[in-house]
Amino acid sequence: MSIGHTLLGLLESGPRHGYDLKRAFDEKFGHDRPLHYGQVYSTMSRLLKNGLVEVDGIEAGDGPERKRYAITAAGITDVERWLATPEKPEPYLQSTLYTKVVLALLTSRDAADILDTQRSEHLRSMRILTDRKRKGDLADQLICDHALFHLEADLRWLELTAARLDKLREAVTR
Amino acid sequence: MSPVPAGSLLAAQDLRKAYGPTTALDGADFSIHPGEVVAVMGPSGSGKSTLLHCLAGIVTPDSGSILYNGRELTAMSDSERSALRRSDFGFVFQFGQLVPELTCVENVALPLRLNGTRRKEAERAALTWLERLEVDDVRKKRPGEVSGGQGQRVAVARALVTGPRVLFADEPTGALDSLNGERVMELLTDAARSTNAAVVLVTHEARVAAYSDREIVVRDGRSRDMERVV
Repeated sequence: MSIGHTLLGLLESGPRHGYDLKRAFDEKFGHDRPLHYGQVYSTMSRLLKNGLVEVDGIEAGDGPERKRYAITAAGITDVERWLATPEKPEPYLQSTLYTKVVLALLTSRDAADILDTQRSEHLRSMRILTDRKRKGDLADQLICDHALFHLEADLRWLELTAARLDKLREAVTR
Repeated sequence: MSPVPAGSLLAAQDLRKAYGPTTALDGADFSIHPGEVVAVMGPSGSGKSTLLHCLAGIVTPDSGSILYNGRELTAMSDSERSALRRSDFGFVFQFGQLVPELTCVENVALPLRLNGTRRKEAERAALTWLERLEVDDVRKKRPGEVSGGQGQRVAVARALVTGPRVLFADEPTGALDSLNGERVMELLTDAARSTNAAVVLVTHEARVAAYSDREIVVRDGRSRDMERVV
């Protein structure tokens, strides 16, 4: 999953300090693997260098200075592009898809669009595998079936999520 | 509303249909070329079966246009549409809907008999299709005596025996296990491609949709052609 894009997406709702960003990330997406502070700051300095975020203010405190980051227009375009690009179908990509769906809901984008685009990408892979299976021997069929069942599992999750988008919107924007 | 793609055999634009207060179609578009297999996907109640019924001339939309081979379906009389369904369209449903009193070969021959073909000739053609669908061994059995997979292959043979230009398949493997379902899809799409028939395939199963060339998604009565999106 792209941490940079996720942090950028979180910044779209308003400027935040690095600490707030880490907290928002952990709360929404980091259930098993919370971010390290080092990851947040190295990611933010890369985004800053690439012009995707800017420093919105600096607060002096007891400890080190605290920078507040804001997303730039280029950053918003970057998030938009990332959300609209389907993921390469592969096993266990749900966490990335989940992140994209939640960010779309948080930023008032059409989450159903993201799911439709991903379904199409999955079906594209499934067509290739189905064709290979039709033309291949039994070994080909078994190998393709294994991949097809994994892709199908992703798609079942996707359909279930599509059916629950209204509930998810309520839950994440609460 | 999308423009009708050039060379379409069947194309619908801005279809609207309501059943009382319930909107089933809310501006759906669709198009298919000869020899193409298009999957219609979407959640239950999204309007995909209503779309299929409108395209097949079974249900008349409240508004919108359906062009088949240059003719406007919505402007035809009921009897013209019935004649078109018999001559140009084939149908496969989730449950074969074979006539229980007839043998399998008689079931497959039935559409030809209804069009006035002599029994012997009709049954000869029916047998050829039963062979193609690999179920000629059940030709003398009645539907109650064959398995679900065999019955569905007989239903596909019956749908194709008249040489339809469009085959409408509504969840054709919904009642089958995956092995039988896949074989039916292989045989159905092979047979349709070999006769250059277009297939409108309504399904909620991705593995079935993977036999199509492209898919459209119906949600809340509106359609989305994914080929033009991605």
